[in-house]
Amino acid sequence: MVAGQDVVQARAYPFGDPDRLNLDPMYAELRRDEPLTRVRLPFGEEAWLATRYDDVRMVLGDARFSRAASVGRDEPRTHPHQNDSGMLAMDPPEHTRLRKLIAKAFTARRVELLRPRTQEIANGLLDDMERHGSPADLVEHFADVLPVAVICELLGVPFADRAKFQTWSEAIISTTSLTPQQIMEYLGNLHGYIAGLIAQRRVQETDDLLSAMVKARDEDEDRLTEQELVQLSAGLLAAGHETTVTQLPNFMYVLLTNPDRLAELRDDPALIPAAVDELMRYIPLGTAAAFARYATEDIEVGGVLVRAGEPVLGALASANRDERVFSDPDELDFHRESNPHLGFGHGPHHCVGAQLARMELQVALHALITRFPKLHLAVAEQELPWKRGMLVRGLKKLPVAW
Amino acid sequence: MSGQWRVAVDRDRCIGSGLCAGTAPEHFQLVDKKSTPLRELVEPDEAVSDAADCCPVEAILVTDAATGDTVAPV
Repeated sequence: MVAGQDVVQARAYPFGDPDRLNLDPMYAELRRDEPLTRVRLPFGEEAWLATRYDDVRMVLGDARFSRAASVGRDEPRTHPHQNDSGMLAMDPPEHTRLRKLIAKAFTARRVELLRPRTQEIANGLLDDMERHGSPADLVEHFADVLPVAVICELLGVPFADRAKFQTWSEAIISTTSLTPQQIMEYLGNLHGYIAGLIAQRRVQETDDLLSAMVKARDEDEDRLTEQELVQLSAGLLAAGHETTVTQLPNFMYVLLTNPDRLAELRDDPALIPAAVDELMRYIPLGTAAAFARYATEDIEVGGVLVRAGEPVLGALASANRDERVFSDPDELDFHRESNPHLGFGHGPHHCVGAQLARMELQVALHALITRFPKLHLAVAEQELPWKRGMLVRGLKKLPVAW
Repeated sequence: MSGQWRVAVDRDRCIGSGLCAGTAPEHFQLVDKKSTPLRELVEPDEAVSDAADCCPVEAILVTDAATGDTVAPV
């Protein structure tokens, strides 16, 4: 074991510009030779980067690591602005107080009730896409709409307002695509918009998650503050679609460029749930490890003694390719016996929308594959435009033909 | 609600999210990537019922040890 302060040379991180959905080979080298390494990000203090599965899971799940301790620190990050509030800046039990208010709406059981309606929306969108005719942009016609329509119904947000709030929601996944001023402005707009919807609920109660949260606050003001109510609702609206909107085209990109795997799903749609989890494992959605956890005491991670107060980043995408846990980790395999991937994170901050995202992605794949058995890219793979300056990797457009 | 609580985890249903172990480490740990209660009988503690309420697949069941009534998830 080496003591942290003896290691001086920090690597620049991220290791390079994101290249489509390819994971930088440096992660495999680090997993092998240096599972905990010093990194310097474009902004904030130096950090440790954990790349092996067990270490990443420990950093994310062990209560001796804190997100609340990031508040007031110069957090290692890829973007100039630092967000010090919200659930991701809290630890249990404070975090739990808010989490349990919304967790019930996102359990596997509750999400299952939304499946028929999600299928209906998906089919309607594909009807429209068929009428538009081949080729069509799968992002514009399908992926950009489906998750938004679902979260709107769940929360009780008017779908008709989507042009407005989808623009503002980019603020939560932007690193440099928006200026810090724009990010502040968009978040302000989003919060103002949600505050308006909350005010409506106080005049007339409705049957949706937003009303349930307003009621929880108004019945017992100790459960959450007004600011928390607004922030939490805005976060659910924005995070509730930005990620799936981005990940759905990523899924289809991987399948369309791996026609054998696509054919496998077409021949046996019962594989789709396993395929969704395998694609979550396989695709490095984030452009870089983010949301460092701060050690609250001295802890050994990956053979290195991390000192109390030091930040550690967990590389989810690297953990998901760890050969110690996944055989042939770089292969896309829908028949894995177990797939304990960290695509939705781990620990107290495990994605609250994970079950919803799984259901939406399953429905979307099923609808696309059965409707368009001959679906293929309408342009050469090299011509596909990728987003830049975001926390996540994703396509601006995905032109397909059938 | 002064009597003890019984804590059970359905390991077939558990997805190993780590929410309970990260939220209430004095009550849950992950064994072979699945949640396991450290003790079956516990004194009433909000951390335990909160973990059951937060579980994304409702794999944790907390009952009143004396009556068998469900404490969480609610």
